[in-house]
Amino acid sequence: MISTAQKRLAWLFVLPTLAAVALVAFYPLSQVFRYAFTDAWLSGTSSPQWVGLQNFRDLLQDPDFLASVRNTLFFTVVSVSLEAVLGMAIALALHASFPGRGLLRAAVLVPWAIPTVVSAQMWKWMLHDIYGVVNLIGTKIGLLSHKVAWIAQPGTAMASIIVVDVWKTTPFVVLMLLAGLQMIPRELYEAAKVDGASAWQQFRKITFPLLRPILLVTLVFRTLDALRVFDVIYVMTGGGNQTESMALYNRRVLVDFQELGYGSAISIAILLIISVFVVIYLYLMRRGVYE
Amino acid sequence: MSKRLKVLGFGLLLFGITVYSLFPFYWAVISSFKPSSDLFSTTLKLWPIPWTWEHYKNVFLAANFGRNLLNSLAVAGGTTLVALSLGSFAAYALGRLPLHGKNVLLYLVLAMTMFPQIAVLSGLFVLLRGLGLFNTHPGLILSYLLFTLPFTVWVMTQYFRTLPRELEEAAYVDGASPLMAFWRILLPLTGPGLVTTGLLAFIAAWNEFLFALTFTVGDKVRTVPVAIAFFGGASPYEVPWGSIMAASVVVTVPLVVLVFVFQHRIVAGLTAGAIKE
Repeated sequence: MISTAQKRLAWLFVLPTLAAVALVAFYPLSQVFRYAFTDAWLSGTSSPQWVGLQNFRDLLQDPDFLASVRNTLFFTVVSVSLEAVLGMAIALALHASFPGRGLLRAAVLVPWAIPTVVSAQMWKWMLHDIYGVVNLIGTKIGLLSHKVAWIAQPGTAMASIIVVDVWKTTPFVVLMLLAGLQMIPRELYEAAKVDGASAWQQFRKITFPLLRPILLVTLVFRTLDALRVFDVIYVMTGGGNQTESMALYNRRVLVDFQELGYGSAISIAILLIISVFVVIYLYLMRRGVYE
Repeated sequence: MSKRLKVLGFGLLLFGITVYSLFPFYWAVISSFKPSSDLFSTTLKLWPIPWTWEHYKNVFLAANFGRNLLNSLAVAGGTTLVALSLGSFAAYALGRLPLHGKNVLLYLVLAMTMFPQIAVLSGLFVLLRGLGLFNTHPGLILSYLLFTLPFTVWVMTQYFRTLPRELEEAAYVDGASPLMAFWRILLPLTGPGLVTTGLLAFIAAWNEFLFALTFTVGDKVRTVPVAIAFFGGASPYEVPWGSIMAASVVVTVPLVVLVFVFQHRIVAGLTAGAIKE
C-alpha cells in the first residue's frame, strides 16, 4: 500500500534532520545544564565535582555579570526602540510609489547583508578619533566643537555600538513592515479620505492598528537578537568602556578563564532572561488577538 | 506650489535614506583605494584621487586572506548544501506525507531558532572536541546547522504545502513511488524555495562570527569574519585601516550583488515565517 510506504518514507526523511537537531542543539544544551552544577574546567584533567547551586549563588554576587546584564538590557531597549521608529518611518516612505522604488528598496537592504563584523569595522573607521570621517565632517560643519574619541570612553562607546546595530538591523524591520503594509487594503484609505481623515489620523486609525501584529513579531525577533548581541561589541570595544554584553562575558569566562561550570551557569542565566522576554511578548501578542 | 514643495521634501527624504544606507559602504570602498598618506590625513577627501591597489595587494599577499576566503566559501557552501538536502527531505515529509505528530516536530525544529548560540557554546565546544572536529571545516558546518536548518525546514515546508495535490496523485496513478514523486516532480517545482532558503543559509553562514571565533585556531580553518576582526591585532598603534577596508570590500561586494539580483527572493524568505496569507 502506498500509505504505509509513505509513512515509512516520511520517517526516513525526517530522521536525518531530527538527528542533526538532537546533535547540535538538544544534546549540547543538556550538557550545558549538567556542567552548570559542577566546577568543571574546559581543559581540566581532574574530574568535575558536583557543586549544586553554588555557581548560581556566585552569579548573583558577580559584579561583572550584573554589569553585563545591565549593559545588555540598556542596549536592547534603546536599539530596538530606535529600530522600530526608524524602520517604521523608512517603511512608510518606501511604501509610496515613485520611480526607482525597487532599486531604493534593494539599497536599503544592503546593510542587512553586510557581515556584522565588517559593518562594525567600517563604522569603527568612520568613528576614528583622528582620521574618522564623522569627526572630520562634524568639526568642519561646526556640529562638533572638537574631535571626539567615540569608542574610547564610556557612554559614547555604548552609543556608537547602538548606532552601528541600528544601521545594520533596521533594514530587517523595514522589509517586515513593508510586507505588512502591502497587505492593508487600499479601500480603507480611500474611505478614510472620503471621510476627510488627515494623514496622521489615517496612520493612527488604520495603518498602525493593522501593522501591530507584524510589528510585534518583528520586535520579538529583534529583541531576542539584541539580547544575545556579541559580534558588534567584540569588534568595536572588545567589551571595554562599560559595553560588555552577557554573551561577551559568557565567552570570556568560558574561553579566556576556561571555567566550564561557571560559564555554563551564565549560559543558563542568559536563557532564563531571554525566556522572560519571550513570555512577556507572548502575553502581549495574546492580548492583541483578543482585544 | 505647495505640492511641488511636498515632492521636493519627499525626494530629499528618499535621498537621505539612500545616503544613510549606503554611505558606510561607500566610505569603505573609497578608503580601500586611498594611499596611506591620504587615508591617515585630517583633510576630508570624498573621492580617492590619487588611488592605489596597495591595500588589496597587502590583503592577499601579506595576509592569509585568500585562505580565509576559501575557508568561508567551503564552510558557507557546505552548510548550505547540507541544510538544503536535510531540510528539503524533512520539509517534504512534514508538508506532504502522512506523519503523526507533524506539528510537534515542526515546532521542535522551530524552537531551535530561539536558542541563543551562546547558550550552547560550551556544550558544542566539548562535543566538537570529543568528535575530533575542533578546528575543522566539517566541525563548523555541523555547528552552523543550529541556525540554518530550522528556517530551511520551516520555509521549505511552506513551499511544499502550496504545491497542488494532483501532481503526486497523477504520479502515483502512473505507478511512481513516493520517493520518485518527490525527486522527479515535487523537488524541481520547489526551485524558487530552494534558491531563497539557500541564499539565506549561505549569507547566514558566511557572516557567522561567534562559532568561527571559538571553534577555530589559526588560519587553517579561520573564516573571513574572524580574519577581519583580527586584522592588525599586532600593535594598537598601527591598525592597518586600508587593508581592513579592502578586505571588507572584498567580502561585501558579492553580498551586495546578491542583494540587488535576488532582492525579491530574500525578502520572501525573510518574511515567510512571520506573515501568513
